[in-house]
Amino acid sequence: MSQLPSRDLLEIDGLEPQHVTAILDSAEAFLEVSRRPVRKVPTLRGKTVINLFYENSTRTRTSFELAAKRLSADAVNMSVATSSIKKGESLYDTAKTLEAMHPDAVVIRHPESGAPHFLARHLRCAVINAGDGMHAHPTQALLDAFTIRKSLGRISGLKVAICGDIAHSRVARSNCALLTRMGNDVHVVGPRTLIPPDFEKAFGVTAHDRLEPALQDADVVMLLRIQRERLGEALLPSLREYARTFGVSRALLDRLAPNAIVLHPGPMNRGVEIEPELADDKRSRVLDQVEAGVAVRMALLYMLIGESQSSRAPT
Amino acid sequence: MIRIHGAYQLGTSLEIDEAGAILIEGDDLELRADGAWLVPGLIDLRAHLREPGDEPAEDLESGLQAAAAGGFASVCAMPGTRPPNDDGALTEILCHRAAKVRGARFLPFGCMTQGMRGEELTQMEELKAAGCVGVTDDHRPVADPALLRRAMEYAETFDILVMQHAELPELSAGTVMHEGPNSVRLGLRGSPRAAEVAAVARDIQIAELTGGRLHLAHLSCGASVELVKNAKERGARVTCDVSPHHLAYTDADVGAYDSNFRIVPPLRSPEDRDALRRGVNDGTIDAIASDHAPHPDIAKRRPFASAAPGMISFETTLPVLLALIEDGSLRREAVVRALSVGPARVLGLPGERFAGDFTLIDPRCAWTVSRESLRSKSANTPMLGREVRGAAILTIVEGQVVFQR
Repeated sequence: MSQLPSRDLLEIDGLEPQHVTAILDSAEAFLEVSRRPVRKVPTLRGKTVINLFYENSTRTRTSFELAAKRLSADAVNMSVATSSIKKGESLYDTAKTLEAMHPDAVVIRHPESGAPHFLARHLRCAVINAGDGMHAHPTQALLDAFTIRKSLGRISGLKVAICGDIAHSRVARSNCALLTRMGNDVHVVGPRTLIPPDFEKAFGVTAHDRLEPALQDADVVMLLRIQRERLGEALLPSLREYARTFGVSRALLDRLAPNAIVLHPGPMNRGVEIEPELADDKRSRVLDQVEAGVAVRMALLYMLIGESQSSRAPT
Repeated sequence: MIRIHGAYQLGTSLEIDEAGAILIEGDDLELRADGAWLVPGLIDLRAHLREPGDEPAEDLESGLQAAAAGGFASVCAMPGTRPPNDDGALTEILCHRAAKVRGARFLPFGCMTQGMRGEELTQMEELKAAGCVGVTDDHRPVADPALLRRAMEYAETFDILVMQHAELPELSAGTVMHEGPNSVRLGLRGSPRAAEVAAVARDIQIAELTGGRLHLAHLSCGASVELVKNAKERGARVTCDVSPHHLAYTDADVGAYDSNFRIVPPLRSPEDRDALRRGVNDGTIDAIASDHAPHPDIAKRRPFASAAPGMISFETTLPVLLALIEDGSLRREAVVRALSVGPARVLGLPGERFAGDFTLIDPRCAWTVSRESLRSKSANTPMLGREVRGAAILTIVEGQVVFQR
């Protein structure tokens, strides 16, 4: 098996195509584990994984927790509401406290971009980024890649359109990074308030003001959740206008390539990003994404902490 | 009498004795300094000494000693302390305390508005009488153009210098670095150049409207320098400075969220950095100011966006600038001017200097930046652990040696 280049997974940068392929291949095997009557293997027995979540995210946290448990690791959840973090403990002090508990991996979700990098600098164990600010959500991009490969048989040479709030989306960033690295033609689309001027340059993708050119003959459409708070920031006048101008309709779906699929990281706003009934369209792979999430996270935990890893000195 | 052998003079014209030594009135000292440069005492237009309120980061004693060790004979102290220096009584106390320190000369700035709240003017005449060399709201822009107009008119009544951090706060709210491909990649909120450049344009117009002296602090954009250049050609009484960080680094140096590079204004593109270098070389930029901003470890040892902005620079300004002279980015004469005559002119000093102040610089002196070698109480600099070349070996204030390496 191809080793990962770092003992952490902080972002897509640093992963080469062969690493991505290795992770996806490994996830194939773990997908099978989740479908067995007894969904547990002893691979990570005796290992400890701490889920450190500074933002609420039931689905991602549950996915990581299941992944760890199905590998027989001890998974512990630390969420902000039940810890001293709320009392103002700094991330540095939290890192030192975690260090003393000797975990093998810490999975962190944090509202600040770069928080996982910070944690990785101060911890000996593996750090897995479960979403940091607007920066990255690498396991989401990997599970999306897994879903795409499983549906379309390949993860290169595809036209992919990512629609919605690109500016604030760590999912968009990690997907752009991964999909361009794997040799796909990536397009982003949304109102200019939600696509930073330098986004094309930063990620080597094409930006559009209209859905039509982005969706024309696309193999994959990825819809992003529109957050209500964008309305108060003068980024959008109303959800109704967004749905009218950037919501995906059946007519638009007909422009896609014949076997195209529709992805959404969830939770979906039916009637905003997509016409209400289209969310259940046969092209939708939303539930496959959820299933892939557990398998990909199992693969990553296995690859990062499954083999004997030398520890590094924290700073 | 101070006798210095083997050094040569840059921007000074002191007598030389029969043995070839440069003679300076003052303490009794004789030393050899082959290849060193004797320059007018360096003047730092902008630094944060943190007293009162944040003494764990720095205080008058450590700050003025660190400044002297960095070659600065005089330091303009920003008023953004806790509480802010917005009245004459506090200025007097600070001057009194600073006078006891064997270090750089203390030149306080007072606040432009009370409590730096941007609402009411301070008693500027009282601040000046107490020892302030100018007024500014430090890192906070006086964003209300009508208030800036009145502040400049009132300051001009008493011939008081106004220093402004030019920024449109609405356009930069919540931002932590330069807006560009790097901020997009890192997922950090970026401040567009327009947040500074539009404020520079507006503030120059207000300076011209009032006829007052306006100093624009720590410019970060090439377009800002262009505006200052045009204003000067029209005869506007506008001056500006740049920090050594903005001459040396770019937004790419933020790298993987290195909080040492979280500074305000943010580090910008290589094109901006190059335009700032040209501005120093052609004299459009009047001064290089350290913008020394000490923070304790706990304030910097945080994820990027929540780390306190600023880096220390009293002791690293010379090695940073000397490296830029060495690689041809900056002209030596321009740097010496921007650290001495330039800021003296901004402050309106008679004779364009403090006559008894000198700095002796050894451009080859190698040393390592470390917690042990730094006099500052804080160590928030990306240079930490690096071996550098160039240092002040003697700093003289009114003939008195306040630092000797």
